[in-house]
Amino acid sequence: MISIIIEMHYLSDTIEKSWVLTEMEARKLFHDPTELISRAVQPVLWLGIFGEALSKVRAIPTDGFTYLQFITPGILTQSVVFVAIFYGLYIIMDRDMGILQKLLVTPTPRLALVWGKMLSAGLRGLCQALIVFILALILGVQLNMAFWSVIGVVVIVLLGAAVFTGLSMIIASIVKTRERFMGIGQVITLPLFFASNAIYPISIMPGWLQVVANVNPLSYMVDGLRTLMLTGGGAGVGFDIFVLAAVALAISMISAWMYPKVVI
Amino acid sequence: MIEVKNLVKRFKDFAAVDGISFSVDSAEIFACLGPNGAGKSTLIKMLVTLLAPTSGDAVIDGYDIVHHAANVRKMIGYVPQAISVDGTLTAYENLMLFARLYNIPRSERQARILEIFSFLKLEGHMNALVRTFSGGMIRKLEIGQAILHRPRVLFLDEPTTGLDPIAQQSVWSHLSDLRETTGATIFFSTHNMEEADGVSDRVAIMNQGKAAVIGTVPELKAKTQKPNATLEDAFIFFSGNTISDTGNFRDIRRMRQTEKRLG
Repeated sequence: MISIIIEMHYLSDTIEKSWVLTEMEARKLFHDPTELISRAVQPVLWLGIFGEALSKVRAIPTDGFTYLQFITPGILTQSVVFVAIFYGLYIIMDRDMGILQKLLVTPTPRLALVWGKMLSAGLRGLCQALIVFILALILGVQLNMAFWSVIGVVVIVLLGAAVFTGLSMIIASIVKTRERFMGIGQVITLPLFFASNAIYPISIMPGWLQVVANVNPLSYMVDGLRTLMLTGGGAGVGFDIFVLAAVALAISMISAWMYPKVVI
Repeated sequence: MIEVKNLVKRFKDFAAVDGISFSVDSAEIFACLGPNGAGKSTLIKMLVTLLAPTSGDAVIDGYDIVHHAANVRKMIGYVPQAISVDGTLTAYENLMLFARLYNIPRSERQARILEIFSFLKLEGHMNALVRTFSGGMIRKLEIGQAILHRPRVLFLDEPTTGLDPIAQQSVWSHLSDLRETTGATIFFSTHNMEEADGVSDRVAIMNQGKAAVIGTVPELKAKTQKPNATLEDAFIFFSGNTISDTGNFRDIRRMRQTEKRLG
């Protein structure tokens, strides 16, 4: 009984501290929002140029949707994942500055520092989502805007950002330096993106790539977002959310155990 | 207040801290003096629970640094060598972050933060972004962040590296005020002889991961049996070394970066 009370206290403390760290991250964005604007460039290029150009080809099976409709959730996923996958860089930078050391010496639960980073990346991801929605509106892409679909999109963006932020923190705690991290980040982002259903369906891939795409968490994120943004719902979404949540939880545990080693 | 017995930290074959033992009294200002690479930072990192020792024991106010790390963290403050405040937040936000992380009750937070600002004489800069601060102001704010929760022991790693003499003096006058008013124990590392000489009650001279000698500054000077001996004479006498800047590439790079940011 006492141990349950202690566990509950630990959990509520972890949630509260994660929120504190996220709030500070939001204040940083508020003080200097230029980053949000520069991050808008990529989705503009993918949707405005790549998407517009390929929508003329009509060679890719898109289940009766236009190609622009088909890739909008993919581009949203990509822009959220690209924000999250470089988040480990912040803990290396915080380490180089001394901020991380000071945070680790406070009584803050290790897990809260991971969840705080995950939520912060999620917050930036939601800003990306807003940009993608506005862009889709400008390009005349028909999206499902029902209340519960939008809530679902928010949930999936937060979970997807959490998965890739956690992964990024694990990588950071292994490679330990900015230079090596940048190298690895560059190497893994494009394969993650191409070995997924973001810009073409899994069904047209060669067999070996289908295997990769089916274990790629990015595919689950795209699948969930695509269902919500195009058809508005379905049984598959629950499964996608379940997979992302399970992976996010597992990765946050591993990350909380590993990233304090980055100070050594 | 701090009891250290045979503390060792090995990185592969290299012993950064090689079996050090000492104790620090309550409300004492204790300096750990040595060249770069002597193991000062590693020692502090173990004491503040950032690094697990390879062997040996350390107890802070009755709590073991390995087995009761969570209790140790609640009662210590730590100012690392590198800059540990966030330049993209305001000074007030930096303190508010730590007030909340240290579980200071909501009703007290604001009063405590204002108290710190007036103690450090930074009242006029509360709402400025920290990246606009001078080196001395940054160091003071870092100390403010580390004492917000009224720690029993404050650890500072090279607290005045990169500061001009006036800023150094101001930092130390605040630190000795802190000791007077709260009875906090202050443990700091430095490679600056004059700094250790001027402010500390006792000094441990560290060399190659070991404490060559521990004592009050007058004691150490007297033992060299030289008239008008300086602490540098004592250092050479006890360590058989000059205090030239040794240390590896990473240490030196970090120190220069810190100096550049603060300067």
